[in-house]
Amino acid sequence: MTTGANGPQTPVTEADLHAWLDGELPEERRASVERHLADHPEEARRIERYRAQRALLSHSFGPLIDQPVPDRLTPPFEARASLPVGTGRLRFWAMALAASLLVFLAGGAGGWLLRDRAGLRGDPPTAAFIADAVAAHRVFTVEVRHPIEIGVDQEAHLVAWLSKRIGKPMRCPKVTRGGYALMGGRLLADADGPVALYMYEDAAGRRITLYIRPSPNTAGTAFRFAQDGSLRALYWRDNGLALAVTGDLDRATLSGIAEEVYGALNS
Amino acid sequence: MTGEDAPDGPDMTGPSPDDHRIGHQIDDRAIAAHVPRLRRYATALVGNRPDADDLVQDCVEKALANRHALRDPSRLGGWLMSILHNLHISGLRGRRRRGAEIPVEELADDLALSAPPADRGAVRDFVRAFGQLTDEHRTVLLLTGMEGLSYRETAEVLELPIGTVMSRLARARERLRVLLDGGAEQAVRRIK
Repeated sequence: MTTGANGPQTPVTEADLHAWLDGELPEERRASVERHLADHPEEARRIERYRAQRALLSHSFGPLIDQPVPDRLTPPFEARASLPVGTGRLRFWAMALAASLLVFLAGGAGGWLLRDRAGLRGDPPTAAFIADAVAAHRVFTVEVRHPIEIGVDQEAHLVAWLSKRIGKPMRCPKVTRGGYALMGGRLLADADGPVALYMYEDAAGRRITLYIRPSPNTAGTAFRFAQDGSLRALYWRDNGLALAVTGDLDRATLSGIAEEVYGALNS
Repeated sequence: MTGEDAPDGPDMTGPSPDDHRIGHQIDDRAIAAHVPRLRRYATALVGNRPDADDLVQDCVEKALANRHALRDPSRLGGWLMSILHNLHISGLRGRRRRGAEIPVEELADDLALSAPPADRGAVRDFVRAFGQLTDEHRTVLLLTGMEGLSYRETAEVLELPIGTVMSRLARARERLRVLLDGGAEQAVRRIK
C-alpha cells in the first residue's frame, strides 16, 4: 500500500500526510508523499477535504477578529478589575455605563470619542451598538461584488422584507445631501437580533451606511457623535429604533445626512 | 455618573511595537494588542461571545497577576494562549459542561450572515459541525488551522508532546470531515 511506483521506500504515514498539508514536512520527504498521493487518489481526495476544511475554518471564524472589543477588555485593566464585575449581568451594565465614556475598537488606530450634541435625556445606544454599526460599515462598504443583498431596483421588496424581519415598518430613507443615492440594503444579525443595513453611494463611489436595529427603549436621544480617524458616525434612538449613520466624510455633511434621515423617518 | 462629569477615559493610543521590547515589563497595552485574537479563538472554542469574553477577561486578569512569570516578552502571544487554554480546561472540569456539544446556533447564524450570500450555507454548516467536536479537537484545529501555530508551538501551548498534537489533529480532521461530508470515519491508526 505504501510502496510507490518507483520502488520500495519509507512508508508514508498519516502523520506525513498531515505534515505535508501543513507545510511541516521535511523537504526530502515531500516527493515520496506526493507520489503516494498520486498513487492513492482516495487518500488524495481525503487530504484535499482537509485542506478545504482548514480554509473554511479561517473563512468562518476569521472575521471574529474584527469584532469591536467591549470596554471590559480594553485597558486600563487593573482599574476595571476593581469594579464589581462578578456576573455577566453586572458586566453588561458596567459596559453600558462605560459606553457613555469611551468605546474602543479592535483594529482601529484610536478610540471613539463620544459626546452629547444636545442636552436631550435618555440613555444613548450602547457601546456595542455603535461598534457593531461601524464594524458593519467597515466590512460591507469595501465589498465589490456583494455590498448589498437587495438593490434599490427592488425597493418595495427590500422594505417589506426588512420590515418583516425587524418587526417594525422600515421605511427606506432617501438621502440627497452630498450627492448620495440609495444602493439597497441587507439584513444582518448582532447580539440583540436582526439589523437592517442600508447603503448609499455618491458619484465618486464613496459609501455611507445607515444601521438600524429595534430598541426596546422608546425614549428618543440626541444625536451622538463618534470618530475614528477619518471615519465618523452619528447615532441616536428614535421611535423604538436605534440608528447610526457612518461614513468617511466631514462632520457637517454627516450631520446634514443624519438630519435628513431623521426627518424622512418622522415625516 | 454621566458622560459630562466623567474622568478622562483610558489612554486611547493603540499598542506600539515598543511595548514588546525585551526588558520592558509587559503592560496593559501589550496585552490589549492580543485581545482581538484571544477573543476570536475563545469564541470559536466556546461557541458564543459572552462566555468567550468571560474567558478572555479571566485570562487577562490572570496574565496581569502573573506578569513577572513571563521572562521573554516576545513570547507574550503564546503565553496568553496557554493561560486561556488552562483556564478553559479547568473551567470545563469545574462546571462539567452541559453535554459534549456546545450550543452554537446563534453564532452560526451570525457568522453566516456576515459571509457573502453564496457562502452562508457552508459557513453555517461548518460552525455547527465544529461545535459538535470535542474541546480537544476544536482546540488543536484552531491553533494550527486558524492561529497558524506550528506543531511545535501548538505542543508548547497545550503542554503536550508533538506526537500527541499530530495524532489529535489527524483525528479531529477526520471527525470533522465525516460531520461535514458524511460517510464512514476512516480509522486513524497509529499515526507514526
